[in-house]
Amino acid sequence: MKRAGFTTRWLPILLLLPQLLIIFVFFYWPAGHALHSSFFLQDPFGFGSTFVGLDNYRDLAGNKEYMRIARFTLLFTLLVTFFSLAFALLLAVKADNVLRGAKTYRTLLMWVYAIAPPVAGFIGLIMFDQSWGPLTRFLQSIGWDFTLGVNFRDTATAMVIVSVWKQVPVNFIFFLSGLQSIPRSVREAAMIDNRSAAGRFWDVTFPLLAPTGFFLLITNITYSLFETFGTIDVLVKGEPGNNPMTLVYKVYVDGFRGNDLGGSSAQSVVLMVLVLALTIFQFRLVERRIHYT
Amino acid sequence: MAQVKLDAVRKVYPNGYQAVVPTSFQIEDGEFVVLVGPSGCGKSTLLRMIAGLEDITEGTLSIGGHAVNDVDPADRDIAMVFQNYALYPHMTVRKNIGYGLKNRKVPAAEIEAKVQEAAKMLNLTEYLDRKPSQLSGGQRQRVAMGRAVVRDPKLFLFDEPLSNLDAKLRNQMRIEIKALQRRLGVTSVYVTHDQVEAMTMADRIIVLNEGKIEQIGTPSEIYHNPASTFVASFMGAPPMNLIRAQIEDGQVKINGGTELMAVPAGWDSGEITLGVRPEDAVLDHSGAVPFEISIVEELGAHRLLHGEMAGQPFTVHVSKEVDIQPGQTRLTLNPSTLSLFDAESGKTL
Ligand SMILES: Nc1ncnc2c1ncn2[C@@H]1O[C@H](COP(=O)(O)OP(=O)(O)OP(=O)(O)O)[C@@H](O)[C@H]1O
Ligand SMILES: [Mg+2]
Repeated sequence: MKRAGFTTRWLPILLLLPQLLIIFVFFYWPAGHALHSSFFLQDPFGFGSTFVGLDNYRDLAGNKEYMRIARFTLLFTLLVTFFSLAFALLLAVKADNVLRGAKTYRTLLMWVYAIAPPVAGFIGLIMFDQSWGPLTRFLQSIGWDFTLGVNFRDTATAMVIVSVWKQVPVNFIFFLSGLQSIPRSVREAAMIDNRSAAGRFWDVTFPLLAPTGFFLLITNITYSLFETFGTIDVLVKGEPGNNPMTLVYKVYVDGFRGNDLGGSSAQSVVLMVLVLALTIFQFRLVERRIHYT
Repeated sequence: MAQVKLDAVRKVYPNGYQAVVPTSFQIEDGEFVVLVGPSGCGKSTLLRMIAGLEDITEGTLSIGGHAVNDVDPADRDIAMVFQNYALYPHMTVRKNIGYGLKNRKVPAAEIEAKVQEAAKMLNLTEYLDRKPSQLSGGQRQRVAMGRAVVRDPKLFLFDEPLSNLDAKLRNQMRIEIKALQRRLGVTSVYVTHDQVEAMTMADRIIVLNEGKIEQIGTPSEIYHNPASTFVASFMGAPPMNLIRAQIEDGQVKINGGTELMAVPAGWDSGEITLGVRPEDAVLDHSGAVPFEISIVEELGAHRLLHGEMAGQPFTVHVSKEVDIQPGQTRLTLNPSTLSLFDAESGKTL
């Protein structure tokens, strides 16, 4: 293969500059800022700040409420990730059997992905409306008096359901294309070797989907942790007090409602470290991922 | 006993395309049958119906005397070797070969013994712990073979198993597969579009064209007595020369002149197609037929002379001893080697 080279040293730098600038302005600069302010105690009225060292972090570690929210976030992430992946896989396997290559259905199913998280939250709000929400009515009909925004557990359930609902389509698309990239003849060879469809799925299809699965696992954890913010914001709007929230939402609540910029910055730094760890883990996996040929 | 019998088996794909017209034939126990034909003629479709990977639209398929139309592929006691080998990429060679046995509840020790035996037979012993991606094309091909033989099935099905190999390996594997099938005595159906494979491997050849059978016969029958101009031009390299000729006064003539052979009394006069294998035309300075050589193609063991006879393209096959230059010469055509076809339908007369 022929490599095209740059004749001057400045052209590549010039071409990279806009991207580097964007990364700097929207990522490194705020991140550095957050790291910096996590070592200070901010005056709530903006009249200066005092250096407090690691106090903000110590406070976090000793804060019962923060730990409670961390545990909830963990549970929330596990549930959303598991159900998003499981439903998507189930749907993809079913769809794959009927619509080999039918692109229109794929596009239709993909649409849900185009819904912005707050809109998803709003649709959830309508579905779970106290007096006329169809899902509330359905739950009432089976004897569950569902009260969104009042009962902690009910609100948490709604958060999980809406977040899963929002994420299933994108997982579905990935799983479906993963399934469709398994050579037809490999599945046919398995049909001759194994009479049980379930056995074939676990022995052949599932392992061949593993690379897609690993990738989605990381994306879905990231999604549950961070991107559900908009959904949660709409669902618990107004009274975050007793309602369940995730760590990301807590950063927002403490920083912008409670005006505790130092504590909130410390929380963001903790989350940044988490993202960093996840990213490293993902890169490791991608590197080691077995390339079947 | 594994006889395969197709009784008016037909295939229409869901989009309405008829890939196989109602077709009947029977494959005897232990026989090696090759399905050959141009691309898209329905060979794979026919094979996949026998395997159970494709529904049979109409007709009955029996294996070993039982109708199997509605039997699962796994329950037909067949093994199939695919063109791209279709190995399980995430399993080692050992697991690939043993997978079918494992699902048939064969005890682990017995599986291991059978896998070892198959691996030994196919020279795969040292690769048993490798993944398919760590093997060469030829080795993958052997693994695919191993997966088929280890189960000791009633029927082997091959769908162009050698077409992804280079020419040298293809020749070698061709001989190995044939020898293996001889040794195991398993009834086999082998699909190829390569007429050399068909000629060298088959006990019987089935020539398919556009979803229907053109001819069934031994390689020698197919070669020497093609049932149609299609078979004549498909089998043999270079193909049989097909030229326009006429029947007049009980004689076959080219260009209304040179008389080549007498035809039985009562044959109608008119246009026909005359078929001559390139090696059946003999260079002969006192021959009856003029032949204008334009190109001499040097092929080492022999030479091909391309030129014109009676204004139509014609090829003659001569041995390497015959030293000849382009130019005018003459040919003798032995009547017993000529094939006559209907000019319109292409069927043999
Ligand atoms: N699923 C399908 N739906 C519709 N038509 C099909 C389908 N599969 C194959 N065909 C058509 O049926 C005909 C026969 O296909 P088949 O695969 O049997 O050909 P083949 O003889 O094996 O050709 P090749 O040598 O190229 O493998 C082709 O014209 C093909 O386009
Ligand atoms: Mg084919």
